[in-house]
Amino acid sequence: MTNKKPKNVFRQGAISSEFIGDSIAKHQTKTSIGAHNIFLGQVRADEIDGKTVSAIEYTAYEDMANAKFHEIREAAFAKFNLTCMHIYHSLGTVKAGEICLFVFVSSPRRKVVFEALEFIVEAIKSEVPVFGKEVFEDNTHQWKVNN
Amino acid sequence: MTITIKYFGLLTEATQCHEESINFSGVLVSELLENLFSKYPALKHKNFQVAQNQVLVPVNTKLSGNEIALLPPYAGG
Repeated sequence: MTNKKPKNVFRQGAISSEFIGDSIAKHQTKTSIGAHNIFLGQVRADEIDGKTVSAIEYTAYEDMANAKFHEIREAAFAKFNLTCMHIYHSLGTVKAGEICLFVFVSSPRRKVVFEALEFIVEAIKSEVPVFGKEVFEDNTHQWKVNN
Repeated sequence: MTITIKYFGLLTEATQCHEESINFSGVLVSELLENLFSKYPALKHKNFQVAQNQVLVPVNTKLSGNEIALLPPYAGG
């Protein structure tokens, strides 16, 4: 278990491939790691009633969301033998095709990271108060709901 | 007591605001909700959970002051 204070998981706008690449590069000094696993959530251009989603505008109950991310992080460290874990989620507008969620787990061994990543991503989807307004190309919208 | 109420996502379309402070003399979360439903009739038909001071609570919970948030279904990731 770690005893760190909740971090701010949120980033304004899309998460860039440069940011993700840099994050991977930073782990080259951590040579006890033998396996990384990464989840990237990407905004899908869903077609609904003949209209196509062009972007999602994310909002969150930020204080509670960061506390929830922290709980999920602590639970994952308690459950799995992880060397490190990073979670970033977008706020504001993320266009279709751009990345809105980046989860990165690392461990000495591969099996752990497969299980841990699924556990973390499913918990994020169901427990963290983040809201998404799906904006269509004609500027109408609907509210996204996780299944 | 003075309670800060926060609204998120589609609920803000029913309330036309993200946050407000109200003076309320009731005891339970459910009483506060009844009060809000009469103020914002459209809210009554929305699906949401209630958090008190950032913890999800059932509606028969006693109000402890500070912050109440109305949270529609989550859509993270």
